[in-house]
Amino acid sequence: MNGVHDMGGMHGLGAIVPEPEGGVFHHAWEGRVHAMTVASPTRGNIDAGRHERELIPGAEYLAMTYYEKWFRSLTQLLLKARLVSAEELAQGRAAPGAPKANPVLPAAAVETVLTRPGSYVRDPAPQPAFKAGDRIRCRNINPTGHTRLPRYARGKTGEIVRPHGAQVFPDSNARGAGEDPQPLYTVRFTAGELWGEAANPRDSVFLDLWEPYLERA
Amino acid sequence: MAHDHPGDDHGQHPPSDMELRVKALESLLVEKGLVDAAALDAIVDHYEHRVGPRNGARVVARAWTDPQYRARLAADATAAIAELGYTGRQGEHMVALFNAPGIHNMVVCTLCSCYPWPVLGLPPVWYKSAPYRSRAVIDPRGVLAEFGVSLPDDVEVRVWDSTAEVRYLVIPERPAATHDLDAEALAALVTRDGMIGTARL
Repeated sequence: MNGVHDMGGMHGLGAIVPEPEGGVFHHAWEGRVHAMTVASPTRGNIDAGRHERELIPGAEYLAMTYYEKWFRSLTQLLLKARLVSAEELAQGRAAPGAPKANPVLPAAAVETVLTRPGSYVRDPAPQPAFKAGDRIRCRNINPTGHTRLPRYARGKTGEIVRPHGAQVFPDSNARGAGEDPQPLYTVRFTAGELWGEAANPRDSVFLDLWEPYLERA
Repeated sequence: MAHDHPGDDHGQHPPSDMELRVKALESLLVEKGLVDAAALDAIVDHYEHRVGPRNGARVVARAWTDPQYRARLAADATAAIAELGYTGRQGEHMVALFNAPGIHNMVVCTLCSCYPWPVLGLPPVWYKSAPYRSRAVIDPRGVLAEFGVSLPDDVEVRVWDSTAEVRYLVIPERPAATHDLDAEALAALVTRDGMIGTARL
C-alpha cells in the first residue's frame, strides 16, 4: 500500500537524533510490548504484523513512537484473531467464563526459540527467471495491500546481483493467503537511475526484491 | 541495559498512559493464558543482555584477524556468524558487506525497521525513525555528514535497503596501527554505528 511507512526518498521529516550505544528499551513498558509481541499466539506471521503497522492512519503513524506502533498492531492482531475482545482490552481483565489457553511460548522455551536458526527459503523452489547480471525493471504496481516494493524503485531499471532462492512472499503471506514462495534477488540500482542527474554517479542502492515485482528490461 | 526509565515502576511520577495500557494488556493476556509472564521477563532479558552490538563486534574482529574466517563470512555469512553462536530471529539470512578503500556500505530499512538482531541487538531509535529511513537512500552522503562522516566524492557509497528477510552487517575496515591488538582488543574498537555503516572506525 502507498502509505507513509514507505518513506524512502522523502524530504522534510526532520533531523536524525543520534543515540549512544547501550540503551535497549527506553521505558520498561517498551520491553513488555516487545516481549508480548514475540510471545503472543499472533506471532507466527511476521508479514501480517508489519502490515498491521502500515494500516495505522498516516498522521498517527508519523506521530507515534516505535513501540506505540507495536502496541497498536499487537492489540489489532489479537482483536482480529478473536483472542481478546474490545471489552476485555478496555477492562484489562477476561470476560467472565472466558476460556483459558496455554501460552504458546513458555518461559523455558524462550532462549531456544529466540536463538533457533530459521529460514524463509522454501523448497521446492520455482525456477528463477533471472540470473546475476540480468537487467530488470521494477513493475509499476500500486497494490492496496502489503508489498515490499518501495515506491521509489517502481518503474526503475536495475541489475540482478545475487539470487537468494525462493522465499516467503510477503504480499501473499500478509493477507493470510499462504506463503506462495517466489524467487528473491538482490538488485542494484544506480543512484542516478533512482534520483536523477544530481546523484553521485558512483553511488548505488541495493534492494531485495521478489520476482513478481520484476520484468526483464 | 535500559539506561532511562522515567516514570516507570518507581512511584516517583504518575504512570504514563502507555504504561497503564501496557500493564492492562499484559494482565489480560496472562489471565487468559495467552502469554506466560515469566516468558516475557526472559524475552526482555534476552534483548537487554544476551544480544547486542558486542556480538557483531566479535564477528568483525574475527574477520580482521582470521583470513579463512573472513572468506567463510563472505561466502556464507549466516553460517560463519553461527560459528560464533549468533543465530535466531532477524538473523536468518545474513550477508556481510565489506568496506574497502573506495567502498563504503550503509544499511537502512525504508519500509519498517529490519535489523540483524542476533549480531546488533535491537536497533537505536534513529534507525527506526522517519528522518533516517527517508533520507538514507536519496542522500546517503548528507546522512553520513549528519553523523560526522565526510566521504570524498571518489568513494563509492552502497546503500542496502533491507526490503526482505536478508539482514546486513557492515564489516568496517580495520583501523591503522592496530597490528599489535588481539581479537578482544580489536572488538572493543568496533562500534554499532560502524556496523550499520553510519560511522567509520
